[in-house]
Amino acid sequence: MAKRSVIPYGPQHPVLPEPIHLDLVVEDEKVVEAIPSIGFIHRGLESLVDKRDFNQMTYVAERTCGICSFQHGMGYCEAVEHIFGIEIPERAKFLRTIWAELGRMHSHLLWLGLLADGFGFENLFYQCWRIREKILDMQEMTSGGRLIFSVNTVGGVIKDIPADMLRTILSTIDDVEAELKVVQRTFLDDYTVQSRLKGVGVLTKEQAHDLGCAGPFGRASGINTDMRKLGYAAYPHIDFEPIISNDGDSYARCECRIGELFQSMDILRQAIAKIPNETDLATPVKGNPNGEYFMRVEQPRGEAIYYVKANGKPYVERFRIRTPTFANLPGLCEMLKNTELADIGLLVLTIDPCISCTER
Amino acid sequence: MAEVIHPEEILEEIEASALLTKVMEKKKDGYRLSQICAAYIDEKYELSYSFADDETYQYVTYRLVIDTDVEIPSITEIIPQALFYENEMKELFGVKIKMISLDYENRLYRIRQEAPLGPKKAEKAE
Amino acid sequence: MANIKRSPWLLHYDGSSCNGCDIEVLACLTPIYDAERFGVMNTGDPMQADILLITGGINAQNQPTVKQLYEQMPRPKVVVAVGVCACTGGVFKECYNILGGADTTIPVDIYVPGCAARPQAIIDGIVKAVDLFQKRLEEHYEKKRGQGGNEVSANG
Repeated sequence: MAKRSVIPYGPQHPVLPEPIHLDLVVEDEKVVEAIPSIGFIHRGLESLVDKRDFNQMTYVAERTCGICSFQHGMGYCEAVEHIFGIEIPERAKFLRTIWAELGRMHSHLLWLGLLADGFGFENLFYQCWRIREKILDMQEMTSGGRLIFSVNTVGGVIKDIPADMLRTILSTIDDVEAELKVVQRTFLDDYTVQSRLKGVGVLTKEQAHDLGCAGPFGRASGINTDMRKLGYAAYPHIDFEPIISNDGDSYARCECRIGELFQSMDILRQAIAKIPNETDLATPVKGNPNGEYFMRVEQPRGEAIYYVKANGKPYVERFRIRTPTFANLPGLCEMLKNTELADIGLLVLTIDPCISCTER
Repeated sequence: MAEVIHPEEILEEIEASALLTKVMEKKKDGYRLSQICAAYIDEKYELSYSFADDETYQYVTYRLVIDTDVEIPSITEIIPQALFYENEMKELFGVKIKMISLDYENRLYRIRQEAPLGPKKAEKAE
Repeated sequence: MANIKRSPWLLHYDGSSCNGCDIEVLACLTPIYDAERFGVMNTGDPMQADILLITGGINAQNQPTVKQLYEQMPRPKVVVAVGVCACTGGVFKECYNILGGADTTIPVDIYVPGCAARPQAIIDGIVKAVDLFQKRLEEHYEKKRGQGGNEVSANG
């Protein structure tokens, strides 16, 4: 038997923009076990419920993560709206869908770029981030903020997207689609990319199910689930099917996310075509929430759960976010077993880790 | 118009002693552990164990309401992936859980304060 | 001065940021904003870094890491706090695990505000940091010459 040793990985690592620490037990070059230790970004955001009322908590929820910021705000607001039992205006639902899908596109493009950086394809990285800037421009145009734009409020949204901006979004996603096709070819057909991704870090469907994997990470292993099917925001009006793959390797994860990019564009087109003309953007809420609700939202990284428990006071009693990366951590540890040490950086990236979400 | 699946969510209050059997049942039925959440409300812990079915989107939550000094068994024997949730509850709320497969001993987040979201007593004692 | 001038290296560390400032820092280094045209290079190695960009507040666990990174950097060094969380703690200031801004742990020279900090603001901060770094470098050499080549510690 080869000699076992423990190699610390992270928290400051060139591949990772965020700190996570793994203790890798290795036998020669093979990883036998990976033990994560988290907490470098733990802020204790959930404790702020004592100091901020339920309206102000929207802004705290949005700052859980800068990448899926809009979706965090939406998830929290939907949960509180459920407790109130109010229906938000139809147009606000569509606007939420549009912003959520723009957010998903920028998140997936960001991930594709980081992945390309991970396997050393610098040009591809820059191309992805160049395309991503167009999406960020859309977000800035419609809301005023590039990443964190605070347009959610309990009861609806606070900003409208006028018709000319919707047209700009449509023309921009046409451009983005054309450019994405080139990027897609490189990611899926290029020999060098395939040699780094195919058959690396395989997670079977059974493993993924037992470990509770969520989002594209789970769908790449064949788990057919997408929380958008639950029909929050305007998703009941939109036709789409979850994108799944059965291989469960890094290549499948890449494939799934690229598929979701095109799906997001499709959803955007459908939403913009069906958006109703209304001037009302938010239903006014009266009083304080009383009750509890588990809201499930499909984030770019997977299923996120927002639990809000309120007791009729302005300050909610408990607000908890279970983020997708938290659910994917066990899957990551399982996947890292029996892989080469040199692949670790890449494999950690393939779950699309969002550490600030995880630790809140 | 796409099909919307919106099953009714089930919330069932159970005794601490029934936890393991219920969890075992759900695992057998093919549910996946979706989340475990703790809350400290009215000087009692409220623990919610949620299970989700990937095909029907059914969501089942088991609720345990226990006193702060009650020790509950870990479910990591049945569902290993629960260890992060249980370590989190233990560290942030001070819930007493025995036999976690990989116990971080309150060193998951490595915070300085003891059980910041749990009983306020712990804060004063520090 | 006889020495050959060099471009400073940039090191980025994510304190307890929400990710927003991090990806804006990364976006600054990609071709659209291209901070490298101001003569800086990104590195992952603290031992050769000259400018530390730190995002997010300081919490109990990352405090020693930040301290260690700062100490590993050679003198002279410049620290830029990017985003309101790194400046003061921001929206998370009252959380139980946040000790405050980056200046609670290491000396900060330049503060870049914003939530999330915009790339333009970050580039502004980087340009200021490069100037400050060159100034400190000259002072460092000056001092060294004045003391006959003995090792001295420059400020920062």
